[in-house]
Amino acid sequence: MAQATQDTAIRTGRITRTLIYLVLLLFSLFYLLPLYVMLANSLKPLEEITGGGMMNLPQVFTVEPWIKAWSSAQIGVEPTGLRPYFWNSIKMVVPAVIVSTVLGALNGYVLTKWRFKYDTILFGLMLFACFIPFQIVLIPMARMLGLMGLAGTTWGLALVHVVYGIGFTTLYFRNYYAVFPTELIRAAQIDGAGFFQIFWRILLPSSGPIAVVSIIWQFTNIWNDFLFGASFADANSQPMTVALNNLVQSSTGVKEYNVHFAGAILAALPTLLVYIVAGRYFVRGLMAGSVKG
Amino acid sequence: MAVSADADFKTRLQNWIPKLVLSPSLAMMLVFVYGFILFSVYLSFTDSRILPSFGWVGWENYDKLWRLSHWETSLINMGIFAGLYIVICTCIGLGLAIFLDQKIRGEGLLRPIYLYPMALSFIVTGTAWKWFLDPGIGLENVMHSWGWESFEFDWIKNRDYAIYTVVLAAVWQTSGFVMAMFLAGLRGIDNEILRAAQMDGASNWNLYRRIIIPQLRPAFLSAFVILSHLAIKTFDLVIALTGGGPGRATELPATFMYSYTFTRNQMGIGAASATIMLMTIAAIMIPYLYAELREKR
Repeated sequence: MAQATQDTAIRTGRITRTLIYLVLLLFSLFYLLPLYVMLANSLKPLEEITGGGMMNLPQVFTVEPWIKAWSSAQIGVEPTGLRPYFWNSIKMVVPAVIVSTVLGALNGYVLTKWRFKYDTILFGLMLFACFIPFQIVLIPMARMLGLMGLAGTTWGLALVHVVYGIGFTTLYFRNYYAVFPTELIRAAQIDGAGFFQIFWRILLPSSGPIAVVSIIWQFTNIWNDFLFGASFADANSQPMTVALNNLVQSSTGVKEYNVHFAGAILAALPTLLVYIVAGRYFVRGLMAGSVKG
Repeated sequence: MAVSADADFKTRLQNWIPKLVLSPSLAMMLVFVYGFILFSVYLSFTDSRILPSFGWVGWENYDKLWRLSHWETSLINMGIFAGLYIVICTCIGLGLAIFLDQKIRGEGLLRPIYLYPMALSFIVTGTAWKWFLDPGIGLENVMHSWGWESFEFDWIKNRDYAIYTVVLAAVWQTSGFVMAMFLAGLRGIDNEILRAAQMDGASNWNLYRRIIIPQLRPAFLSAFVILSHLAIKTFDLVIALTGGGPGRATELPATFMYSYTFTRNQMGIGAASATIMLMTIAAIMIPYLYAELREKR
């Protein structure tokens, strides 16, 4: 059955097929081109780029730009490279991903298996919160972080990402648990199992796939965030994306395109790796954010 | 007696635990989302400049906002950007999905190539395209060095065309994802109907036009909602790609709000612009979410 629905029943002639392959190939070139440009130019000395050879493979092969981008490029006032900012991002991403995923799982469990009056409205409010333009919360959030003593810290940024990530993680777990047989829960209740016991023993063991989706989604979103980082971080807590932008936009001295490209790849590497390792789940996560699970 | 009172307490506790578990998230949401929205909307009616202040000025900020040519530019840009971005992404996404659905060899290889840009930060995308489109070192320079001396491509530096480079980079980033949405839709279509129509002698063109594409309506709707939401939020891409320039040629509402609030110290006007952005999103999202949640019941 699954096999039969996988393929379309449409039949195409040979010329059409050749054209289709051609178009598909052209588009793959379009999508790969910027990655190629970044990679090839990050491994060249600067003269090769300014001399008009952006599309060429490196003639002189060097990892110097990578080393410079990582550990000695001028970012802001200090020549620290991207390294400290990379760790800032890690310190922000790890707690934010864990906390938002755990809360999302618990919320999803309550919203599907312990339903109460108005729970759909509450969920609707949570869902709408996923889609607000964050500009509407920037000003009060900056003030709130100040009041909480978290202004300009990675913990503050982690908190912000937890708050605005819960909606999505709750959505994932809710959709996933909604199809989980409620009879199992009721049976366990009759046997005297409590709220947390049921969650721990019955739901959690089968939550692997959706946990992966939630973690990947949160990881990519938080790692790639720029707006919150630019608004709330100070020089010592800036995440990678903000530092990369500072590196590329800095107007002093020679523009070292090769270092910029190496820095861009460094900033992209964690999410690219996640995507390569678990890409299928990434797609599933993106889809769950748009169409119902 | 004691036993039943204890059991009673236990069941009551069991009734409360779910709500207790939900309450931290609810509290955070009410304060950080809805409380903050109210606060920002309130600020848009005050004389806040560098810091929030609470002197009521009525609609003054909105009056000023709508008279600013800077805001007008960012709205026009938003129209151009969102319109082209949504239409082009949908067309490319649908086209690639239909092509990929023709029992293509190497589909497993092509799909991740189309999709990986979605995993990148807009800052990375912006950086890559910024230098690739730069006439000094990028495409134009390359063409010259290959001997095509008259080749010109300076859109990113050109006030009239810079906004289209933002469209180009944004389409590059998300069209593969739209493809995945349509592909999932296509794979869900019942082949029996198609075979029946083929028996009746329908051409492929008619099959798609009359049967397949109409059945993709949910995918179209989802794509539209997601893309318009991404379009209105677009901020980092502009910052990295053009910085809003040349001049103000690529300013969008999100960059307008940011610069008025944090660098021009016109917080009241910034809050007013954010409120308008929220209303626009709400007009698209609320009917959609309402329909989604109602169906599920």
